[in-house]
Amino acid sequence: MIGIDTIIQGVLLGGLYALFASGLSLIFGIMRLVNLAHGDLIVFAGYLILVGVSVFGLNPFLSALIAAPLMFGVGWVLQLAVLNRVLGHNILPPLLVTFGLSVILQNLLLETFSADSQRIPVGVLETASVDIGVTSLGLLPLLTFGSAIAVILILNWIFYRTALGRAFRAVSDDPTTASLMGIKPNRIFALATGLALVIVTIAALYLGMRANFDPTTGPARLLYAFEAVIIGGLGNLWGTLIGGMIIGVSQTVGAALNPEWQILAGHVAFLIVLLIRPRGLMPKQ
Amino acid sequence: MAFLKLADVSKSFGALTVADKVSLEVPKGEALGIVGPNGAGKSTLFNLITGNLRPDEGKITFKDQDITKVPANRRIHAGIGRSFQVPQPFGSLTVFENLLAAASFGRNASEQDVAQDCLEILETTELMAVVNTPAAGLPLLNRKRLEMARALATQPDLLLLDEIAGGLTDGECVALTDTIRSVNAQGVTIIWIEHVLHALTAVVQRLAVLDFGKVIAQGNPTEVMGSDAVREIYLGADS
Repeated sequence: MIGIDTIIQGVLLGGLYALFASGLSLIFGIMRLVNLAHGDLIVFAGYLILVGVSVFGLNPFLSALIAAPLMFGVGWVLQLAVLNRVLGHNILPPLLVTFGLSVILQNLLLETFSADSQRIPVGVLETASVDIGVTSLGLLPLLTFGSAIAVILILNWIFYRTALGRAFRAVSDDPTTASLMGIKPNRIFALATGLALVIVTIAALYLGMRANFDPTTGPARLLYAFEAVIIGGLGNLWGTLIGGMIIGVSQTVGAALNPEWQILAGHVAFLIVLLIRPRGLMPKQ
Repeated sequence: MAFLKLADVSKSFGALTVADKVSLEVPKGEALGIVGPNGAGKSTLFNLITGNLRPDEGKITFKDQDITKVPANRRIHAGIGRSFQVPQPFGSLTVFENLLAAASFGRNASEQDVAQDCLEILETTELMAVVNTPAAGLPLLNRKRLEMARALATQPDLLLLDEIAGGLTDGECVALTDTIRSVNAQGVTIIWIEHVLHALTAVVQRLAVLDFGKVIAQGNPTEVMGSDAVREIYLGADS
């Protein structure tokens, strides 16, 4: 039965996909690097938060707050030590390196945490809901969606209103010329990846509170992130949110028709958008 | 000691020598013009001075510091600014943002501190009408002005201009040379590569001629342009 409830659930789920996608989009937009380990980094951050919650008994949000700067550091070091070395005119080396990183992360997590699926315990928040008349909304999906909007607002503010954002856009246009203006592209790239992994941490928090995850969960999250970015149009974060919402609604509608169709419906929606608007719904310019 | 000094600087790409023991001294406050046929190594010379290329041999000193091995972004902070022959604005940034980014990073200053100065530079370079236009959409004259404005925004003591007058109409050219002359009058040392000779000689006090990576003549612009070596290159006279 497809009701208003199904649609709203899908829209809110889109917020989670937009969170998956924002970090991916940020890295690709600034350094043309397709990070194939993005999904695995989300799962990695999920385990980091889980350790804070289950080992140190922290509140999940507090645990994420502590994980965020750690993940920023991971991104910073990863970019300076590894990714900057493979960036260049050839797009293959970064693809291979991040693919390798994806395999390493999955096995590292498997070795450390086993293949058992985990979940970040959230207590009362799991069932808390807000009544809006026609239907009642889960507080957690609402928080997820709100966080996605906040992340996009903040990213847009950084991009268009701060010196760092102008440096992001300048190195994205032309790193060589940017370096002649005193901008250090390698440092800017490291900051961008650090920032992307902070968003990854936020995505991991909501992923882990919403559903079970295990060391092999990453690649599917990467796929949803890709689809959200492509549907929305590269370089447009609001478009990415719309893209996430389209996948989300397709999935909830698909699931309402037949539970086996949930995942499939999302991918079919992606294919249909690609057929009609190959450059996405809201391409830049 | 000279403000900028190149001592026996050489650079080759394989068998092609693009700088062949180039020695050049530029005193502070001077406007030096550089001419030479295509492929003479003029832009290479700039790349060596800005640090985009490392010389194979020789030494470059700026303000009495050896900068031969200093990376490009640190030479900016030392005071070397550059405009490109083919304008390379940050296309997705507006004209004003191009300047803000260059000024704040080029001087290691906050955007608030440099914003006023950026506006003054935009005034000088006559770009106020297009401050909020994305740079990708600018026509040639304004792109050239933006090249110079962005170089000025890094507050250089030494400004390198690469064929900034090329492709402009006479009227546009006069406007641009006026601007360059006033920048020089403010104490900024200028090295200017140019094919448009009347524009160049209207500004520079000294002229150097480059051919096959070598400095073959330098001195007073009129004398240099009248010398046999230069006439040979430009006119093919074999006197």
